[in-house]
Amino acid sequence: MPIDSGDTAFIIICTALVMLMTPGVGLFYGGMVPKKNIISMIGLAFVAFAVVSIQWVLFGYSLAFGPDIGGFIGGLDYALLNGVGLGGEGIPDLLFVVFQLVFAALTVAIITSGGAGRIKLSAFIVFALLWTTLVYDPLAHWAWGGGWASQLGALDFAGGTVVHISSGFGALALALVLGARKGFGKYAMEPSNIPITLLGAALLWFGWFGFNAGSELAADAIAANAFLVTNTAAAAGALAWMGASWINGKPSTLGFVSGGIAGLVAITPAAGFVDMPASIVIGALAGLICYSALLWRQRKGLDESLDAWAIHGVGGFFGALATGIFAVAVIGGVDGLIYGNVDQFLIQLLDAVVAMAYAFVVTFVIAKIVDLVMGLRVEETEEYVGLDLSQHGESMDA
Amino acid sequence: MKKVEAIIRPEKLEDAKSALDEAGYYAMTVTDVRGRGAQRGISLQFRGKKVNVDLIPKVKLEMVVEDESAEKIVKIIQKAAFTGEAGDGKIFIIPVDGAYQVRT
Repeated sequence: MPIDSGDTAFIIICTALVMLMTPGVGLFYGGMVPKKNIISMIGLAFVAFAVVSIQWVLFGYSLAFGPDIGGFIGGLDYALLNGVGLGGEGIPDLLFVVFQLVFAALTVAIITSGGAGRIKLSAFIVFALLWTTLVYDPLAHWAWGGGWASQLGALDFAGGTVVHISSGFGALALALVLGARKGFGKYAMEPSNIPITLLGAALLWFGWFGFNAGSELAADAIAANAFLVTNTAAAAGALAWMGASWINGKPSTLGFVSGGIAGLVAITPAAGFVDMPASIVIGALAGLICYSALLWRQRKGLDESLDAWAIHGVGGFFGALATGIFAVAVIGGVDGLIYGNVDQFLIQLLDAVVAMAYAFVVTFVIAKIVDLVMGLRVEETEEYVGLDLSQHGESMDA
Repeated sequence: MKKVEAIIRPEKLEDAKSALDEAGYYAMTVTDVRGRGAQRGISLQFRGKKVNVDLIPKVKLEMVVEDESAEKIVKIIQKAAFTGEAGDGKIFIIPVDGAYQVRT
């Protein structure tokens, strides 16, 4: 298939949309932390983007999409993008590289949730480099690069396991290694800037159209379906979370957009395989399930307070299963559990459980090693004055 | 009448407020402020280079009360805002010449 100008134009735009999600995550998280850490939180997302941008073109892309080694990882044949050129199937290979790059960068940005208000910038850079190499690249290979999950027939349209399960459970592991912020549970650590969080959520919702529709890698009917189901799942998730939180108190806008993101996360692996009615069910259930996960996390006193685990981890896990439940052959060529295909559901379950366990354990080990070698957490006085001042010499007050 | 003006750690505001609530003192004005005490802020070390962060964020809590309540309020705030570390704050008692309601 020659290069198609329509497909190429579409994917260039989708790639740019997905890039905007990374600072979007930064703004989303930035508004949720105390004022002394806003700049740090947004900054970490940008740093994640830059670190992965370089890692990906040096060897990350090759580890994910190079020739398969044992179903686990790609070889280094495409290191430095060796042999990846201007040609390609439908879209130029180089465009595929950069489309995948923005996914990898976003995933590392989501993990910053686990380090909010206490991670040392220098240690984060090393952690990000190791994490994207040892966790993200293998998972991307499993799902899309010819690894074991794709060989089994696991469905992950736009990255439910690769992006969301990995970053969500990775954030939980990182938060556990770091320990809770000083004063967590004792002092108020209320979100300091809800409008910034809402702006971040808007950029995420907007960028997600590129994330999911673009994952078809062509401007066609499946992309259109992915676009529609992405939006309906987000809307259903937002309304479901808002309704559930309304019963417990006020319907906060933070809860509304959190539900929207839960819906977006859950529809991500399913976007090219399910129809519109299923997307409403998936989105609404995701809103309720992720809200319950957040309440559980709070009861346990875990300081993963920006909820990458509750929303991306749990939502991604649910989405992977939902794909195996609601997939319909007329859209993606595969039927799910409700159409009698038990095998697909079991494959999805296996894929999600392995991704979850791998991401959690390997992240935990990486974080421990970085902690032992250079210290992962800032000094107590630095945490007290906030990471904006202590890590960047900048302040919202100045 | 006296004005009690307490400059305390922002994270201790909730503790101070609830301790004052318990004792029946509700009226107050709270402002976000920044300042430094005798330590001239906090010194941070970056690779041997000393960086001084002065003007640390604090909150200022102001209450205008009858003379006999002022000392009692000071004690409540001292107890509630205490951590034992440098930078716990300062409390002033200031004489007030008059007080008027805007509404009546």
